[in-house]
Amino acid sequence: MKNSLYIVIVGCGRLGSQLANQLSRVGHSVVVIDNDEATFSDLSSDFSGFRISGDATQTAVLEEAKLKKADVFFAVTHEDNVNLMVAQIAKKIFNIPHVLARVFDPKREMVFERLGIETICPTSVGAEMFLSAVASRLATQGDKQP
Amino acid sequence: MKVIIIGGGKTLYFLCRNFTAKGYEVILVNRDREECVELARQLSAVVVCGDGSDPKILKEAGAMGADAVLAITAKDQDNLVICQLAKLQFGVPRVIALANDPDNVDIFKKLDVSAFSTTHIVGNLIEQHASFEQITSSIPMGEGKVNVTEILLEPSSPVAGRFLKDITLPDNALVAVIIRNNKAMVPRGGNQLLAGDRIVLITLPENHGRVLKMIIGEPR
Repeated sequence: MKNSLYIVIVGCGRLGSQLANQLSRVGHSVVVIDNDEATFSDLSSDFSGFRISGDATQTAVLEEAKLKKADVFFAVTHEDNVNLMVAQIAKKIFNIPHVLARVFDPKREMVFERLGIETICPTSVGAEMFLSAVASRLATQGDKQP
Repeated sequence: MKVIIIGGGKTLYFLCRNFTAKGYEVILVNRDREECVELARQLSAVVVCGDGSDPKILKEAGAMGADAVLAITAKDQDNLVICQLAKLQFGVPRVIALANDPDNVDIFKKLDVSAFSTTHIVGNLIEQHASFEQITSSIPMGEGKVNVTEILLEPSSPVAGRFLKDITLPDNALVAVIIRNNKAMVPRGGNQLLAGDRIVLITLPENHGRVLKMIIGEPR
């Protein structure tokens, strides 16, 4: 297996830029796509990947990123529907082996899991962490009781 | 027939007016509160204010029992997700998405959502009508893979007065019907084309232009 992967990231916000910086630093080939060029300023100075400014829901923009060659595809814009659409294109049309989409709305997550799109819902993940904090607090209280 | 339309603007307004006139039950979904108030005032349709790609809003709009969902917002990603939710989560039998970017028509079809592009439709119409004024009607069929075109034969037509068997059309093209004196017939090689006939042509997009030139002559 090759050590360096070709990774395409759609959305260069706080999450996208952090992923791009770290993946580029450890030696992967990274391409970031965002329709707002200003977001590229969040990329660190040693980011060695490519930047494409454009609307990823337009196929022409995705083709520019050479999606056919990609090993991994992350859809992490702030718009759920953009993420869901480009993730499906990446998975079903460009056959990228590993595709992940961020989806904020947990109600939308279920349908897309049925479509075979792997999603990460920060809302659910966050809620779980808060709830487990409450649960562990209860557990420690339980221990103290005689 | 119960139809949910998600979108805004003039297209939504006139579509809704058209459908309600036909007796359909129409439910509109729009994100903009002011536009919703305006729509509810002007149309006899139920208006739901909210994001159509939110399953809660679709449910509120009655997606569970709808016969069709039409997503015509300005954002292709919203139209796709709305249609997929309607189909998968609510079992709506017919869902149709507007593809603002014509390239997305094919993409949506590959993702199992029927789509149309106004750019395609209007573009084709203008191209065909502007170049040949003899064309009286033209319909793309089979998802645009076949064209059915009605043409009025003028005396200047290179094929007027000739027998069908003497006219060598390209492969996959056919003079399907001749309408003469208000009577339609399916012609054979022994039939003659006459000026004043209206003929119905079947062509494919790849030979359409060539066949039209053979029948009509060079555009003026």
